[in-house]
Amino acid sequence: MRRQIPLAITLVVGLVMVVQYFVPHKPVGNLYDLFNTWAIVIFAFAIVLGVGNLIKIHGDRIYRLERGWGYSVLLLLGLTVMIITGIGWGIEPGTSFFYLYWHLYVPMSSTMFALLAFFIASASYRAFRARNFEAFLLLISAVLVMLGRVPMGKALWGQFPVIADWIMKVPNTAGQRAIMIGIALGVVSTSLRIILGIERAHLGGE
Amino acid sequence: MSEKLRRKGRGCRKGGLIPLAAFIFFLFLWDGAWAEDLDTLPPSPPREVTAFDTPNDAGGSITLTWRKSTDDGTGAGDVTAYIILRAERKEGPYKEITKLPAGAVRYEDTTTKDGVDYFYKVSVSDGVNISESPPSQAVHSKAQWFNFKRLNMLLAGFILSLGIVYFISRARAGKELYIRKIAGLDAVNEAVGRATEMGRKVFFIPGILDLDDVQTIAGLSILGQVAKLTAEYGTKLEVPVCRSVVMVTARETVKEAYLDSGHPDAYNDEIVHYLTDDQFGYAAGVDGLMLREKPAAIFYQGAFYAESLILAETGFSVGAIQIAGTAMPSQLPFFITACDYTLIGEELFAASAYLSREPRALGSIKGQDLGKAIILFILGLGVVLETLGITGFSQLFTTQ
Repeated sequence: MRRQIPLAITLVVGLVMVVQYFVPHKPVGNLYDLFNTWAIVIFAFAIVLGVGNLIKIHGDRIYRLERGWGYSVLLLLGLTVMIITGIGWGIEPGTSFFYLYWHLYVPMSSTMFALLAFFIASASYRAFRARNFEAFLLLISAVLVMLGRVPMGKALWGQFPVIADWIMKVPNTAGQRAIMIGIALGVVSTSLRIILGIERAHLGGE
Repeated sequence: MSEKLRRKGRGCRKGGLIPLAAFIFFLFLWDGAWAEDLDTLPPSPPREVTAFDTPNDAGGSITLTWRKSTDDGTGAGDVTAYIILRAERKEGPYKEITKLPAGAVRYEDTTTKDGVDYFYKVSVSDGVNISESPPSQAVHSKAQWFNFKRLNMLLAGFILSLGIVYFISRARAGKELYIRKIAGLDAVNEAVGRATEMGRKVFFIPGILDLDDVQTIAGLSILGQVAKLTAEYGTKLEVPVCRSVVMVTARETVKEAYLDSGHPDAYNDEIVHYLTDDQFGYAAGVDGLMLREKPAAIFYQGAFYAESLILAETGFSVGAIQIAGTAMPSQLPFFITACDYTLIGEELFAASAYLSREPRALGSIKGQDLGKAIILFILGLGVVLETLGITGFSQLFTTQ
C-alpha cells in the first residue's frame, strides 16, 4: 500500500492534467491553476523542513566543534537575525530587515553572479584551444561572433556583424531547435513513464 | 468612392449661394479651431457586424468581427476610432465597453456572463461625427468541452504514446532493444570508482528547481543509480540540495538505493542536506563545500541556470571528474566546456533507463526514437512543401 497509493494518485493526477489541456470547460479547465496553487502552498510549507535540517546539521557541527564550525555559527546567527528582524519589525523600506537585505544580501548575491564573468573567461580559454577539428570550428565561429558583436569588429570589416548574425540565426538556431525537439520528446516519454508507474524516482525509487 | 465623399462632392455643386453663405459664416465665426467643426458628415458605418461565442474557450468571451468603414484608410480617410457598444436588450441602452484604433476589424469581449444574451453595435468616429452600425443578433457566451485548436496536439500525443506503449510491451515480451552508447553514462562507474580509489567524496547536485520540474525527477532517477554504486563501493556521497521537497525525496531515493545494495547501515540523513532556496546562495554554499571537501567526482543532473558555470568551474579547479546533464539549452555550452561528460537534453531523460537497463524503461526510449523519426519526416516534408510554396501543411501544426 505504501507504493500503490502514491502510484494511483500519480496516475489519476497525471491523466487529469493531460485531459485539462484539451478541455477548457470548468471545472476541468481550471484544474491546472488549482493544482499549481496547491503545489506553491506545499512548497512554501516545506521550507520548514529545510530550515529544520539546516539548524540540525549546523547545530551538530557547532556542538562537536567540527572543522569550520565558526561558519556554522555565522550561518545560524544570520538566520536568527533575519527571522527576528523580519517578523518583529516587518520587511518594508526603512526597517532593519530591509537594510540588511539591501546592504548585505543583495551585494553578496551580486558578487557571486559577477564571478561568472571570470569563470566564462577561464572556461572559454580551455574550450577555444584548437585540439581537434570540432574545437577548431568552435574557435573560428566564436571569434567571428565576438568580432561581429563588438564595435571594433565592425570598424575592421563591415561584414563581421552580418556573419555573426548568420551564425546565430542559422546554425545556432538549427542546433538549439534540434535539442529542443529531443527535450520535448524526452519530457513526454518521462511523463508517460511517471504516469504509468515505470519511473518512480519521485517516490524514492523502486 | 465612399458615401461620405460623394455627399461632400454633391454639397460643393449647389451653385453660388452656398459659397456666399459659407463666406459669411467664416466672417462671423472666424477661428481656426472652428474650421475643423465644419465636417458635419459622419463616416460611413462599419458593415456586417457579427457577434459569436468565442470558440474553444472556457466561456466568458464573445468575439465581434466587422468590415471596416469605407472611410477608414480609403474614401475620406478620416476615421479615428471604432467604439464597441453593448446592451442586454436590442433597443438598448447601449454602453461603451471599449474604443479601438482605426483599422480594427475584430474585438474579443472577455467581460461577458455565460448564458446572458448580449447585443452589440460598432460605432465609427472621425473625431467629430459618429455613425453606428445596426445592432448584432443576440449572442451569449458559453464554455466548450473541447479545444479543437489543440486537436493536432492530441493526435501527436496519442501517436507518440502509442509508440512508447508498443515498445514497452515489446520489451516486456523479452525482445532485445538496441540503445546507442552514451559516453557520459558509461563514465558513471568510472567516476565513482575513481572517488573510491582516491578515498574522496562523490557530490551529486540535483539542479536548483523543485520537484514539479521533470528534469529534477530525471536527476533523482540518476541519483538512485549513483547512490547504489557508492553504497556498493563504500564511497561517501554528499547531496546538497536547494529545495526542501527535493531534499525529502532525494533522501528516500538514496535510502532505497542503500537498502537495495545491501548496505542500509551506511545510510544516514546527513548525506542529503539542505543549503538554501536562493540561487547564488546555493552556488556559494556548494562551491565552499567543493573547495573544503575536494570531491573526486561531481554529478550535475537537473535544471540549472546561471550558476551552472560557477559550479562546474569550481569543480574543475578541484580536479574532480564531472558529469553533467540538463535540458536547459542555454546552460549546455557551459557544461560541455567545463565538464568531462555532458548529457545533452534528451539523454538526461534516457539516463535512468540506460543505467537501470529496466526493459519497460528502455522500451519507452525506443518509443521516443520513433517519435523523433516521425518528426524528422514531417520536418523534411514541411521544408519541401514550403519551398514549393504550399503553405497549408505547416498550418496543421500551429497550436494555441
